[in-house]
Amino acid sequence: MSSPLSLLQRGAGKRLTRTVLSCSTASKSHTLRTFSCASPSKHTAFSASQPAARKKVMFPGALNSEYSHELKFVSSVESIQTYQVMDSNGSVLDPAHEPQVSKEEAKAMYRNMLTLNAMDQILYEAQRQGRISFYMTSFGEEALIGSAAALNPKDLVFGQYREAGVLLQRGFTLEQFMNQCFSNERDLGKGRQMPIHYGTKELCFQTISSPLATQIPQAAGAAYGMRRDGNKLCTICYFGEGAASEGDFHAGLNMAATLGCPVIFYCRNNGYAISTPSIEQYRGDGIASRGIGYGIDTIRVDGNDVWAIFAATKAARKIAVEQNKPVLIEAMTYRVSHHSTSDDSSAYRSKKEVEDWSKRDNPISRMRNWMENKGWWMKGEDAEITKSAKARVLEAFAAAERLKKPAIHHLFDEVYAELPPELQREKADIEALARKYPDYYQVNEFARS
Amino acid sequence: MGVSNSQLLHRTVAAVQRSSNLKTLGLSEHETQKMNMCQAINDAMRIVLATDETAVVFGEDVAFGGVFRCTVGLSDEFGRERVFNTPLTEQGIAGFGIGLASMGQTAVAEIQFADYVFPAFDQIVNEAAKFRYRSGGEFNAGGLTIRTPCSAVGHGGHYHSQSPEAFFAHVPGLRVVMPRSPIQAKGLLLAAIRDQNPVVFFEPKILYRSAVEQVPVGDYTIPLSQAEILKPGDNVTVVGYGAQIYALENAIQMIERDFPGVSCELIDLQTILPYDAETVARSVNKTGRLVVAHEAPRTQGFAAELAAEIQERCFLRLESPIERVCGLFVPHPLVFERFYMPCAVRTYEAIKRSLTF
Repeated sequence: MSSPLSLLQRGAGKRLTRTVLSCSTASKSHTLRTFSCASPSKHTAFSASQPAARKKVMFPGALNSEYSHELKFVSSVESIQTYQVMDSNGSVLDPAHEPQVSKEEAKAMYRNMLTLNAMDQILYEAQRQGRISFYMTSFGEEALIGSAAALNPKDLVFGQYREAGVLLQRGFTLEQFMNQCFSNERDLGKGRQMPIHYGTKELCFQTISSPLATQIPQAAGAAYGMRRDGNKLCTICYFGEGAASEGDFHAGLNMAATLGCPVIFYCRNNGYAISTPSIEQYRGDGIASRGIGYGIDTIRVDGNDVWAIFAATKAARKIAVEQNKPVLIEAMTYRVSHHSTSDDSSAYRSKKEVEDWSKRDNPISRMRNWMENKGWWMKGEDAEITKSAKARVLEAFAAAERLKKPAIHHLFDEVYAELPPELQREKADIEALARKYPDYYQVNEFARS
Repeated sequence: MGVSNSQLLHRTVAAVQRSSNLKTLGLSEHETQKMNMCQAINDAMRIVLATDETAVVFGEDVAFGGVFRCTVGLSDEFGRERVFNTPLTEQGIAGFGIGLASMGQTAVAEIQFADYVFPAFDQIVNEAAKFRYRSGGEFNAGGLTIRTPCSAVGHGGHYHSQSPEAFFAHVPGLRVVMPRSPIQAKGLLLAAIRDQNPVVFFEPKILYRSAVEQVPVGDYTIPLSQAEILKPGDNVTVVGYGAQIYALENAIQMIERDFPGVSCELIDLQTILPYDAETVARSVNKTGRLVVAHEAPRTQGFAAELAAEIQERCFLRLESPIERVCGLFVPHPLVFERFYMPCAVRTYEAIKRSLTF
């Protein structure tokens, strides 16, 4: 017959309560009051008082701790390993992990990586020439496309700002990218935000906002809503290792874990937050180690390895959707880009460091090598694709540059669901002013309606 | 004196039936039940949860009923998936609510005390308020309502007494509401939750138990962004919101006792953003004098906005400077609260100054 001690250690919920109650009626020396948590989480029932000899810590806040007699501080555990499928030459390291994708899918992904690269080069130059006001490139981080390829197209994306690859993979057109960057009348955002603040309801990609990490608790909330909807979809939330220092990261992960939200948290750890290297951003084992602190299933992956990202995201999605809980992926990569067009990174890192990284570990090269190994890509196809991508980008660019800005009434619409009285007054005032000083306000740049 | 003796509360069915304002709202013949403001708010949330299957209520300690018992019974009736506790993080609560709302669902978030809303300020100002505009209408956070107990309670000190409405009244895209009574609280909260804009809903905590009325039991809303004239008058316009209304009521009683023939027009703003300047301006064009009162500190408080707007609209009609009777420009003190508060006596003195300028 089991002792009361072993029953306490094993049991959970109502069964434990009944068992311990029967113990207490039998024992006269202890009055064991038991009560179980009302919480739906898997809290074991606990007792208000325990004999000192117990090995397991019974306080309500201790999930699985055991007592020890050693005065020891724990400062780090073994560093979390980084999952990799391909080596730097694009050869799959373990045949069991050969990606299960069709030739068409793989080629489409690779083409998107090349297109992203071409678009970034052209738009970066455009900003330098003063033709758009601002831009951010994804150089070195093109493998991110693998995460988008692993998702359902209706999974909701919350990004930070360096996820144009995800948008491209989803089907955002070059025209749509350009329209937003030029703030023209076809911009879905109606010209209200700086370039690269893309968003599209149709492609389930939430509009980018500049404050960092704010999207993290939002993604948890949206995921909770998706769980309630019951359509087996999830949310994916991208952020950088710098943004992960924000309070919203802590708030978002903790809420997702406690409330059971089907969200994939995807950290792009590219080694820099503007000029701040990761050694100045955190002292622990990256972002992945924090996931464990929140009770979240976590994986670290090679962020330059499209297939590692693809496989990890697919597996993460399965966990999130089937078990209604969050997953954390930390993708290690290197930011070849300057932070943005407002940054010249040679001010804080050597050009040689950047060149070395670009040569040593290039996500595009690795993917191309993999494709060539499979016989799915010919040497020289790159040049053709890149040339045609550049041509298409330039065409979309020219068309977008020619369009007018959104009509002036869009300045006032959608602040509220309906136009309140003070905005009606301001609108009337500004319209009158614009009519009176059309050259000063360069009213011709704006569409009529 | 005070809310327990206020004539403004409809304590009897007869009072409800007599009320011209409730008649205008179509509520004077409704079946009613005695409720305090906390129960009225609870009732509003119950109606929302019963009629809107996407609605959820969440925040710290809401599951057992809430520290002010505003959510009592809701998690039992609607389940822990819809009425649930969150970890202790206001920025998380606000962000989570925005995420839910962005899915087109109804998120009713509670911030335990308005004094603790500040960690959520970034999410509210930079995200919720701008969600629709910045996305070109692709997305919105209209389904979000943040409710939070505010204002003085007698013993709250710095961090259980604040009225931070002015911070939020400066944010395009937000709605800011503060009810004065159970009937108002229920109707305005139902309107706020259903409003297609994110709303910050301030609940003066001292009124939770002390304000008691016969409240219509059914589903009803009170219009947002509409001020209510509680008492007509010809000589001075007196404007306030929330618990301050009862101090204003007493001040007006003292004025009308000491100045026979003088009548004061009392207006409850109800919605602080976007606010009904038109009703106030119309009143001031009639009376020529304005006194605005709120518990929040005077400098840069909401009365400053109202004063600036009304002096612009009614400059030539004004007979005296606009008076602002407000909290002192100090952190809300404990033992000195009686001096801090814009109480009936201080308001009386201000109205007198306005009348005798």
